[in-house]
Amino acid sequence: MKSEYDVLIVGGGPGGALAAKAASENGLSVCIIEKRPAIGAPVRCAEGIGEDLISEFFDELDPKWISTKIEGAKLISPDNSCFYLSPEMAGNEVGYVLDRKFFDRDLIWQAVEAGAECYVKARAVDAIVENGAIKGAIVEYAGETREIRASITIAADGVESKFSRYCGIDTTVPLRELETCAQYLMTDIDIEEGITVFYVGREVAPEGYLWIFPKGKRTANVGIGISGTQSKNGHRAKDYLDKYIKEHFPEGKTIELIAGGVSACEPLECTVADGLIIVGDAARVSDPITGGGIYNAMYTGRLAGQIASKCIKSGDFSKDKLMEYDKTWRSSKMGKALERNYQIKEVFVKLNDKQLNSILNSVSNLVMKEFSTLTLIREIVKLNPKLLKELTSLKKYFE
Amino acid sequence: MIKVRREVCCYCGACISVCPEGALELIDAYLSVENETCKMCNICVRVCPLGALEASDEE
Ligand SMILES: Cc1cc2nc3c(=O)[nH]c(=O)nc-3n(C[C@H](O)[C@H](O)[C@H](O)COP(=O)(O)OP(=O)(O)OC[C@H]3O[C@@H](n4cnc5c(N)ncnc54)[C@H](O)[C@@H]3O)c2cc1C
Ligand code: SF4
Ligand code: SF4
Repeated sequence: MKSEYDVLIVGGGPGGALAAKAASENGLSVCIIEKRPAIGAPVRCAEGIGEDLISEFFDELDPKWISTKIEGAKLISPDNSCFYLSPEMAGNEVGYVLDRKFFDRDLIWQAVEAGAECYVKARAVDAIVENGAIKGAIVEYAGETREIRASITIAADGVESKFSRYCGIDTTVPLRELETCAQYLMTDIDIEEGITVFYVGREVAPEGYLWIFPKGKRTANVGIGISGTQSKNGHRAKDYLDKYIKEHFPEGKTIELIAGGVSACEPLECTVADGLIIVGDAARVSDPITGGGIYNAMYTGRLAGQIASKCIKSGDFSKDKLMEYDKTWRSSKMGKALERNYQIKEVFVKLNDKQLNSILNSVSNLVMKEFSTLTLIREIVKLNPKLLKELTSLKKYFE
Repeated sequence: MIKVRREVCCYCGACISVCPEGALELIDAYLSVENETCKMCNICVRVCPLGALEASDEE
């Protein structure tokens, strides 16, 4: 480990990996530090991603990254009626359930092949700040505390992000906007292969949803996310999940338990500072409706690596210069989707079970030529104008 | 003070993201609570998906 690099990346998830790869490909010296002993483990994810989204990064997908191809989905309302999105209708919304243990490792592998250095069990414990500019991190590695200096530091340290706090930026997620999640990897359960299932409703998952993401024959990630404000003693994410499993998969076997948090808030007000770029979950860019953040982390990571390269070549790493990163992702398709989905989420979390039933029943016989989350919501709004009068203020997003 | 039930915590970091004081940290797969910084707001206790945190009266 050297004491100085062009770019230092804190966190070896998808955001950090893509940032490292892009910066290395542009000829910069890059160091990734990851505090855990292994990349990609433990997995804190349901591992779902859309085909169109992942294809943006790779010409070909390595078969070992993929547990299952997803071709349809079921949305179950509180009264147990079902909106079935058949493979024919799924159109551009097909996707994959990944195996992130392999996927995350290979992303780092690709970054290292492009020239980056990577150190595991290396933890950033503070930022080096000089005259208000970030100049790297204080890192604990191999029993020593050392300074790693860099022209640009990229905070890719995920939902638990502390690095930006060390730099003086408040990254706290409001309690009501943190989805608190628990998930089992289960086997020996009756599921439909290739079909994801989502349950909504106050009884099953207040202000969130419960998911079944198939991983293979009779095997799936079965998980739940509920709002932080709904979580209390005896009614925590794991309690709701256990209740569901007792009812639906009493004979199933659990082979892994994971927990985690997903932010459903607006992104950080600003994702750059002098010498600093913040990406992925650390920037709070996971989708407020679905909680999906793999693509968003990869997209912002790659962009951060590209802009860092540009700025380093120009010799200017000031906040003003790095603002190109912030502006670009906000005006991108992803940035616009985040803004729109946040507003939609704010309306949907307030709905009670009766309203959810009526909404899902209204679309249950709908046949859409081409499905996307946006087209579904557009149809819901069209069919429920009175119920969703708040959404009329969001009309601009659907035109 | 906030007590971590180590046998229950699976080091996911959900509590860290909501602590308004930045009093929680994962160090070598162990969640540590900085008691001097903690304001005992109990937000972390509430948010833990597994119930691994407890507020205790001990000083
Ligand atoms: C239960 C659950 C289910 C989910 N399901 C999905 C899904 O189906 N689809 C989807 O798209 N998204 C899903 N997500 C979200 C997705 O997992 C994240 O959005 C994604 O992993 C974010 O990538 P990242 O690179 O920003 O952060 P992470 O993948 O969290 O990586 C951050 C890395 O930084 C490291 N780190 C933290 N602090 C330090 C430090 N001080 N020093 C060094 N290293 C540090 C961490 O150990 C970690 O490895 C889910 C999340 C959860 C919790
Ligand atoms: S009680 Fe509040 S201040 Fe103390 S660690 Fe928990 S969230 Fe932070
Ligand atoms: S939220 Fe709970 S399980 Fe996760 S790190 Fe905090 S105490 Fe541990």
